[in-house]
Amino acid sequence: MLLSHFNAVLLFATFASIVFGITQRSTPKAMLRYGLYCWGWFVISVIVAAWVMHWINP
Amino acid sequence: MPVKAQTSEQQGFAYGALLLGWLIPGAGHFLTGRWIRGLILFCSITAMFAIGLAANGHLYAPNTRNLIEMLAFFGDLGAGGLFIVAKLLGFGNTVVTIVSADYGTIFAVVAGLLNIVAAVDAHSLRIGRKS
Repeated sequence: MLLSHFNAVLLFATFASIVFGITQRSTPKAMLRYGLYCWGWFVISVIVAAWVMHWINP
Repeated sequence: MPVKAQTSEQQGFAYGALLLGWLIPGAGHFLTGRWIRGLILFCSITAMFAIGLAANGHLYAPNTRNLIEMLAFFGDLGAGGLFIVAKLLGFGNTVVTIVSADYGTIFAVVAGLLNIVAAVDAHSLRIGRKS
């Protein structure tokens, strides 16, 4: 199984966010919201970090 | 101030959910009656670990090579039964030569770490520290 970096990011963010959502919140609605919140920040952070690395080392 | 009644979750072996949750992802939540949470955790952690192996990731054995590899072993060990079964079946004895395998190695380590988070959460539910 070959994973591209972006696919790996998406999968990693998904699994980690699911676990964080379930373990850090108490109600199903709060779990879902927090999980999506974490997922969003995972993906945004990686994209931003990728661009920063590109700019500092073109 | 109302007195907190002793719930059934506070009786019996207090660390059962922690140990079972470590051994089988999500099983600690099953023990506390949170079936859906346990099932989702089982599916997520197991899938992440399995993808790590499918991507030809490396599973670490006990070692004293360097700090990173020692920590990675403890991360892998966090997956509990998944790690034990995979090692017994001979999975993860790969040499990482492609980038995808590196991702797989990290997936397996992080799956173990997430399993520890889940097991500790099950323990918190078991002892009544959270609901």
